[in-house]
Amino acid sequence: MNIIAKPSKDNIKTYVPIGLSLVSLSFLDVFVNAFFNFNLMGFLPSQLSYFLPLILGFIGFYLIRIEFSGVRPLDILNKNINSNNFNALLTLFTIFIIIKSIPPMLDWFILEANFAGNSKDDCTGDGACWVFIKVWFNRFMYGLYPDAEQWRINTAFLILFAIVGVSFFVSEKLKRYFILFLVFVFPFLGIKLISGGSFGLEYVESAAWGGLSLTFIISAFAILFCFPIGVILALGRRSSLPAIKYISIGFIELWRGVPLITVLFMSAVMFPMFLPDGTFIDKLIRVLIAITLFEAAYMAEVVRGGLQALPKGQYEAAKSLGMGYWRMNALIILPQALKLVIPGIANTLLALVKDTPLIFVVGLMELAGMIGLAKTNPKWLGMAMEGYVFAGLVFWVICYAMSRYSQNLERKLSTER
Amino acid sequence: MSKIIELKNVNKWFDKFQVLKDINLEVSAQEKIVICGPSGSGKSTLIRCVNRLEEHQEGNIIVDGTELSESTKNIEKIRAEVGMVFQQFNLFPHLSILDNCSLAPIWVKKLPKKQAEEIAMNNLKRVQIDDQALKFPGQLSGGQQQRAAIARALCMEPKIMLFDEPTSALDPEMIKEVLDVMVDLAKGGMTMIVVTHEMGFAKEVADYMIFMDEGKIVERAKTKEFFENPKSDRTKLFLSQIL
Repeated sequence: MNIIAKPSKDNIKTYVPIGLSLVSLSFLDVFVNAFFNFNLMGFLPSQLSYFLPLILGFIGFYLIRIEFSGVRPLDILNKNINSNNFNALLTLFTIFIIIKSIPPMLDWFILEANFAGNSKDDCTGDGACWVFIKVWFNRFMYGLYPDAEQWRINTAFLILFAIVGVSFFVSEKLKRYFILFLVFVFPFLGIKLISGGSFGLEYVESAAWGGLSLTFIISAFAILFCFPIGVILALGRRSSLPAIKYISIGFIELWRGVPLITVLFMSAVMFPMFLPDGTFIDKLIRVLIAITLFEAAYMAEVVRGGLQALPKGQYEAAKSLGMGYWRMNALIILPQALKLVIPGIANTLLALVKDTPLIFVVGLMELAGMIGLAKTNPKWLGMAMEGYVFAGLVFWVICYAMSRYSQNLERKLSTER
Repeated sequence: MSKIIELKNVNKWFDKFQVLKDINLEVSAQEKIVICGPSGSGKSTLIRCVNRLEEHQEGNIIVDGTELSESTKNIEKIRAEVGMVFQQFNLFPHLSILDNCSLAPIWVKKLPKKQAEEIAMNNLKRVQIDDQALKFPGQLSGGQQQRAAIARALCMEPKIMLFDEPTSALDPEMIKEVLDVMVDLAKGGMTMIVVTHEMGFAKEVADYMIFMDEGKIVERAKTKEFFENPKSDRTKLFLSQIL
C-alpha cells in the first residue's frame, strides 16, 4: 500500500476518474457479452477474461471509496452500495446477474416467442409459445362454461366493476348503500345470473364453471364470509363465557391444524355420506363452505392479535360511557383492532386467493386447474412452462392489486399524524 | 341531602390479596370528595368499583338508588350516569374529538346526531377546546386531551363524576389547565369523587377528604379539619411528606 496511496480527498482528482472508468469498463464488458455475445476481453486467457470484469469493477470501486469526499453523489453512492469491500462485491454481483439475465428473459418472453398461429406446430421459435395461451384463453377465463352463455359471467363482472368504479365518485351516504348492496345483494344476484335456471336463463351446473372467473367467484365469496366469521371467532376466543370461549378455541385449532387439501377432499367426498338420503348440496357450495371456514380460523387469529394490542383503557373508557359489549366492540374496539391488523388481514386474504387452485382435488378447475388440464391435451403437450408463467402473472397482478389496496386503506385510516 | 352513592361493608380481593377492607362511604348529591393516600392503598380500586370497572366481592354499592350487582342492565344504567376520567385520558384515537364526545350520546342515549353534536360542542366550549373539535386525539397536547376526556364524560350528562388521578400523567405546565376545568365543574354543583395528589385543588374544592391506607379508610374529615388537625398518625405522616 506504499506504492499506491490510500484513496482520499487529496488524490480525488485522479482516483475517481480512473475508478469510474474501471467500473464502467467492467459493466460494459458484461453488457456486450450478454447482449451481443461478444467478449471484449477475448484476447486474454479464458479464465482471466471470465473474472476480469469482477476484478476491474472491484479495483474501480476501491478507488472511488473516498470518505467525506464532499461530492454529494459520490458520497451517496459510497454509503449505499460501496461502503466496504464486501458490499462492493455484492453490488457487482447483483448488477452483473441483472445484466446477464435480461437477454435470455427477453428472448424467451418476446423476441424468440411465437404469437401467431393456432396450433402447436406454428411455434417454431426457441421462445415461449404464447399461441397456447391465445388458443385456450377462453377456457382459461371461463372453464367449461358454454360459449353462448359466457355473456352472463361478463355481465356479472361488468356490473361489479361498474358499481365499484362509480362508488369512488359518489357521496359518502350513497357509498354506504353501494357497499351494502355489494355485500348483501350483489353476490347472490351474480351467482343467480351465472348459474341460471330461472328468468329464462339456461341452467349451467357448477361443474362446468372454471377458469379465472371461478377463481374470482370462490375468492370473493370466501373473503366475504370468512371475514365476519373470523371476527366473531376472535371475539369468542376472548369471551369471558367459558362455553363460547372453548367452542371458539376448538373450532380455530381444528381448522388451523388440518391441511386445506384434506378439508376440501372431505367436503367433496366424505361430507355427502353423512347427509340424510335425498339431500344434496352442490359441490361448489360445499367447497366454498370448506374454504371459508378454513380461512376464517386464520382470520380469527389475525384479528385476535389486533384485539390484544389495544390498551385496556380503551375497553374501560367505552364501558364507563355506558356502552354494552356489542356497541363497545363495534364502535371502539374493532375499528381500532382491524386497522392495526390490516397487513395481517391482507396476508390471509392473499393466501386465500392463492389457495384456490387446490380445488382441483375435487375436480373443480379454476385458472391454474384449467392450465393443468390444457397442458395434458395431446395436441398441446410440453406447454407447462407457458401455462404456469401465465398463471403466475395473473395471480401476481391480482395479489399485487390487493396488496396495494390494503396499503392505501392503511394510509387512509391512519389518524396518528 | 339525599345519598347518591352508598358503599356498605365493601370488601374486594385480587386473588388472595385484599385491596379493599370493609369500606363504608356515603356521598350526598353535589358533594365533592377527594381521596388521597399512598400508592397501592386502594384509592383507584375504590372509585373503579363505583362504576364496576372492578367487581367487589362483598358488601353493597348503591348508586343513585340502583344496586350494583351481576345485572348487566343495572351496570350499564349506572355507567351511563357516572362519568369517569382516567389518568391516561383513554380517548378513542380513531375518532375526532367531536366524535369522541358525541359517540356515546348517539349510541347509548339514542340522541339524534345533530343534538348530540350540539351537546358535544357546548361541553368542548366549557373546557375551552372547541377550536380543536375536528382534530384527532393524537394531535392534541396532554392537557388538551385530558380536557377533551372530561368533556366526553360530561356529554353523557352524568350525575356523578369520578376522577382517577387526572393530572398524574401530565407535564407540570398542563396540570393547571385541567385543574381549572375541574374547579369550574365543582362550582357548577357536580357531585365529584377525585383521586389526586393535588392538595391545593383539594383545599379549594373538597367538602370532605378521605385518607386511605392498605385498603382501609383511615380518616374521613371536613377538608379544613383534615389539613389543620389530622387525627391519625398515619395521616399526619402522609401529609408531612407531600405538603
